Amino acid sequence: MTMPTHFIAAAARLGIAIALAFTPLAANADTLSQVAGSYKIQPSSRIGFSVGQVGGGGINGDFKKFSGIFKLNPADIGRSTISFTLYPESVSTGQARIENFLRSDAVFDSANFPTITFKSTQITQTSPNTADVAGMLTARGKTSQATFQASLSDHGKNSITFHVEGKILRSRYGMDVGTPIYSNVVQFDMLIQGQRS
Amino acid sequence: MLRNSRDSFGLISILFHWIIALIFIGQIPLGYWMVRTSDFALQFSLYQWHKSFGFLVLGLSALRLVWKFANTRPADPSAMATWERIGSHVAHVLLYLSLFAIPLTGWAIASSSPLQIPSFMFNFVVIPPLPLTISDSAEAFWTASHAWLAYVSAVVAACHILAALHHHFWKRDSILTRMLDPRRKAPERAPTQDVIP
Repeated sequence: MTMPTHFIAAAARLGIAIALAFTPLAANADTLSQVAGSYKIQPSSRIGFSVGQVGGGGINGDFKKFSGIFKLNPADIGRSTISFTLYPESVSTGQARIENFLRSDAVFDSANFPTITFKSTQITQTSPNTADVAGMLTARGKTSQATFQASLSDHGKNSITFHVEGKILRSRYGMDVGTPIYSNVVQFDMLIQGQRS
Repeated sequence: MLRNSRDSFGLISILFHWIIALIFIGQIPLGYWMVRTSDFALQFSLYQWHKSFGFLVLGLSALRLVWKFANTRPADPSAMATWERIGSHVAHVLLYLSLFAIPLTGWAIASSSPLQIPSFMFNFVVIPPLPLTISDSAEAFWTASHAWLAYVSAVVAACHILAALHHHFWKRDSILTRMLDPRRKAPERAPTQDVIP
C-alpha cells in the first residue's frame, strides 16, 4: 500500500506549518523565562527629562545620580516590581543658573528633600514587549500616582534594557513655579539598564 | 477735551503721561528688588512682572508718540526764562528717549540671555526675542546698559518732578495742574513773574 505523493506532500506542509506556528511561542517562552529575576539599575542608564515652554523649545536635561532595583516575573507580569530613587541634586541641563534654580527651594529643594522616589504598585502588560508601570512618586514631601510606559529595548543573559517614558504634572509635587511660561508637564525619556543581581 | 489745544493738554495726553509715569517709576524699585531677592521662585515672578510692565511701557509709549505728533503742544508759560525752556525741553526729550531705550535694552537682555526665558506678557502674549547674539557677555552688556539708562533716567525724572513742584508751589502757575485737568487753560502767570509775552 502506497500513499499518493500529493498526500505526503500535504502532510509535510502541515507538519512544517505546525512547527512554524509553535516555534515563536517556544522561543518567546524561553526568552521570558530567561529574563526572570532581580536587576540592579546601572549608572549607564539615562534619566532624561524635558519641560516645554511657550513659543516652542524648552528645558532639557537629565539626572546623573540615581539607583534602583526591579524584579521581573514574566510568568505573571503583574507581580513584577520596581523601586527607583533619584537624587535631584544631580540635575544637569548644561546651564549652571538653571541647575541652581532647579536645586533651590523654588523647585526640588534638594537640601531638604534629597531624594525623589518611585515605587511601582501595578504593572500591566500592554503588548508582548511593553507594559504600563503605575506607582507612587514622592517628591518634595508629596506623594502622587504616576504611570510610565516601558518597552523592552534589548536583553542579554544577565542584562536588560527598557525604554521608559512618562509625563508628570509638577504641580502635584509643589513644583509649579514658572507656569504657564514653562509647561506643568515634565516629560521623562529614560533608558533603564538593569544588571542581574 | 480729548485732544490738546494751544493752551491745554487733552485727556488722552494726560492719561498717557500719568499711566506711563506710574509704571515707569514703579519699574525702578521692582527692578532693584528682583535682582536682589534670594527667593528664586519670587525672583522668577518679579522678573516676569518687570518684563510685562516694560513691554507695556514700550507699547504705550509708541502710541503716545503717535498721539503727540497728531496733536498741538500747549505753549510754555510766558514767564519761563530761556534756560528754563531749554532745560525742560531737553528733559522731555531725554524722558521720551528713555521710554524707548530702557524697555528695548530690557528686551535685549531677555533676548541675549543664554537662559532664553520666554517673554510671555502678562501670561497673555508671547513676545519673540530680538535677533541678537546669545551669550553671557552679550547679556552682561545689555544688563549694564539697561541699569545705567535706568539710573540716568531716574535722575532726569527727578529733575522733571522737582521742576513741576517748583512751578506749582513757588511760581504758582498751572504747569502741574494742566497735566491733571484737561479743562485747565493757559498757564496762569504768577503776578510777580508777569512779563510781556
